[in-house]
Amino acid sequence: MTIATIDKAPAAVPTELARGRGGGGPASKRIVVAYGFWIFILSDMVMFSALFAAYAVLRGNTAGGPTGAQLFNLRSVFIETMCLLLSSYTCGLGALSAERRRPALFLMFAVFTFVLGAAFLFIEATEFAALVEKDAGPSRSGFLSAFFTLVGMHGAHVASGLIALVYLAAQVIAKGLPAAVLRRLLCWSLFWHALDIVWVGVFTLVYLMG
Amino acid sequence: MLGKLSWDAIPFNEPLPLLSGAVIGIVILAILVTVTLKGWWPYLWREWLTSVDHKRIGVMYVALGLIMLLRGFSDAIMMRTQQAIAVGSAQGYLPPQHYDQVFSAHGTIMIFFVAMPLVIGLMNLVVPLQLGVRDVAFPVLNSISLWLTATGALLINLSLVIGNFARTGWMGYPPLSELPFSPDVGVDYYLWSLQISGVGTLLTGINFVTTILKLRAPGMTYFRMPVFCWTALATNLLIVAAFPVLTATFVMLLLDRYLGMHFFTNDGGGNQMMYVNLFWAWGHPEVYILILPAFGIFSEVVATFSGKALFSYRSMVWATLGICVLSYMVWLHHFFTMGAGANVNAFFGIMSAIIAVPTGVKVFNWLFTMFRGRVVFQTPMLFSVGFMVTFVIGGLTGVLLAVPPVDFVLHNSTFLVAHFHNVIIGGVIFGALAGINYWFPKAFGFTLDERLGKASFWCWLIGFYLAFMPLYALGLMGMTRRLEHIPDPSWQPLLLVAEAGAIVIFCGILCQAAQLYVSIRTRERRLDLTGDPWNGRTLEWSTSSPPPAYNFAVLPRVETIDAFWHMKHTAPAPVEPAYEAIEIPHNSPAGFITAFFAVVMGFSLIWQIWWLAILGFLAAATVVLIAGWSIEREHEIPASEVAQMERTR
Repeated sequence: MTIATIDKAPAAVPTELARGRGGGGPASKRIVVAYGFWIFILSDMVMFSALFAAYAVLRGNTAGGPTGAQLFNLRSVFIETMCLLLSSYTCGLGALSAERRRPALFLMFAVFTFVLGAAFLFIEATEFAALVEKDAGPSRSGFLSAFFTLVGMHGAHVASGLIALVYLAAQVIAKGLPAAVLRRLLCWSLFWHALDIVWVGVFTLVYLMG
Repeated sequence: MLGKLSWDAIPFNEPLPLLSGAVIGIVILAILVTVTLKGWWPYLWREWLTSVDHKRIGVMYVALGLIMLLRGFSDAIMMRTQQAIAVGSAQGYLPPQHYDQVFSAHGTIMIFFVAMPLVIGLMNLVVPLQLGVRDVAFPVLNSISLWLTATGALLINLSLVIGNFARTGWMGYPPLSELPFSPDVGVDYYLWSLQISGVGTLLTGINFVTTILKLRAPGMTYFRMPVFCWTALATNLLIVAAFPVLTATFVMLLLDRYLGMHFFTNDGGGNQMMYVNLFWAWGHPEVYILILPAFGIFSEVVATFSGKALFSYRSMVWATLGICVLSYMVWLHHFFTMGAGANVNAFFGIMSAIIAVPTGVKVFNWLFTMFRGRVVFQTPMLFSVGFMVTFVIGGLTGVLLAVPPVDFVLHNSTFLVAHFHNVIIGGVIFGALAGINYWFPKAFGFTLDERLGKASFWCWLIGFYLAFMPLYALGLMGMTRRLEHIPDPSWQPLLLVAEAGAIVIFCGILCQAAQLYVSIRTRERRLDLTGDPWNGRTLEWSTSSPPPAYNFAVLPRVETIDAFWHMKHTAPAPVEPAYEAIEIPHNSPAGFITAFFAVVMGFSLIWQIWWLAILGFLAAATVVLIAGWSIEREHEIPASEVAQMERTR
């Protein structure tokens, strides 16, 4: 955002080469790290797309068991969705405060983000437990296998995101906000927003269309 | 306490795997004892196991690939021998359940632990040097990738003596690979070793896409990159977009097997065709993940040994990118016979035929590069010419198989086996061997013995034709693949020829081992002091052999394609530049230790020792978290030291 946050610029290169055509020499560390992380997110999206495809194929294969319409409680899913969307907002505010080198403010938003993410996970876990109780667990039918795997994989991502958030908050407390930590926070918020986008897909394809 | 693991897991009643396991064990033990007695551990730990230098990592990848080639090849020669003798009333020496493990292991190992490490190793060694930079984007991640790949290789070899391997073929199609039909640990060994090494491969993909797109020497615009870098870029894009599909597919199969889910089962609403589709949505791009770097190697070799710039560089680049995209639109040709319907088959048949067009462009480019060049037939060039002839035959039989009606006749026959060995040996393996012969002096500072190199080439070439041309004929005669017993005695003569071919290939491998041994013994006489033994064209030859840890004391300025050739022919006599301090990354044990715990975790998951699996996972995660805590990951080499190292070059 501000000049202060940009890492050491690469060695000076002739301006005619540094026009974004790739001739400007190695990019700065901040760009390299964020770019690599984008590629990672891309690969993660590809993995989710395979799970989405599996869900689309198996959606009708209920093997005589319950269908989505009979199982899903849209009210709690809506609350769940709001939690996650709101956590993305607080995550964005946290990223902005980190960019402005205000660790205390960042930590406050990190707590908000964590609580909202944990609430999301709690609602999801409750939903899963209720389904299993109704004899609609993942081994009941192809449809439920695909449902639990797709939604559960997203949940596992959210859980690992929360662990990473605690870990990064610890880094902020221990080291403040040097360039290296800022880069990691940048990657983390990319990850968190990406999970939001996946959830929008889940919400639409699984719950609304189910 | 120990899950499914007990003494029954060791196949005491089968002497063959036990014996080979014992031999491998003794060799490993002998190596460990030698290393300990000679006191090499500190050196090995400091300079190799914890190294994050892309050149070292590349060398270790190639070494892994070559060692696993021996394992995969011994599987191959076992199969050839069984088929050559188990004819008519004779039953051969391998029982069916063992033979099935051998062909499954052969395919899995050759694809994932020979071909992949060889191409990834060469990319590691060469790409940063060709781009004129000091390392890859994420050096520690690179080390983690290597060691996770090694983890997979170790697990798959453990299955030789502890338990057994999959009997499903290397694709692991359900329902055969589901629990009711494969109740033992074989399929789990297959799945977990590929899941763990797949993570390593994915990280490599991310690392190299970032490196090639974001780290290049000043002035190296996209259309000044060497063709090998282009093909490496295409390959790694394919890795990033294809391997997650394999991971997801295997997750589903694992959930079926471990938690009783119904993705691919016969009952409960499973769908087996989904596995086949998803598997090949990864599997066909995988073919190009392997062959594109080989195309890149041949492009470098042909240009260098013809003394000419590559013919039509731009069409080569566009052909590479065209193949990269088209490779996602042909997967269904792996199962034309499985009921997709005529229109779908027609679409995929046409797409498969179209992919031959950019490949043909490449072949003509290589031929026109040689045309009127001063062609020098060193070993790498021999492999390249051998490739051009062999690969065209393999490509043509591929176009034949792409015609659905023909495929209905030849599906799952040895014609298909001959076809894909034709392109993988003639393409990927020849490419890797050309690359090893070509870049060995860059990695180690001395050249390889030419006489033995040429001998190994001729053995590989002749052996290949002897081994696989008969399989084309046998396929047309109706022989299906994976036969443990040959019912028709009229097939035996051709199978004996194929056996002879495998033995000739074995001679080729022996020649390579001898080449390595002789070259190391006589290295004083074959030192490469210039750093440019072949009169090369690209930047890797502009630095010393072997290059210093930082590759380039001063990042080169690139003004054209074939930057080094241009520099050699236009640059004035070099004046010593003003050296600056160079930051290079610290060594890191993170990769090695993570992989150690990944072995523990993978092994316990296979045997369902849950507590140990959790422990292994937590330990591996902790190592990653500890590695991610530090901020200072580089140290500086002062300018004076750089200057001194450069002067003694």
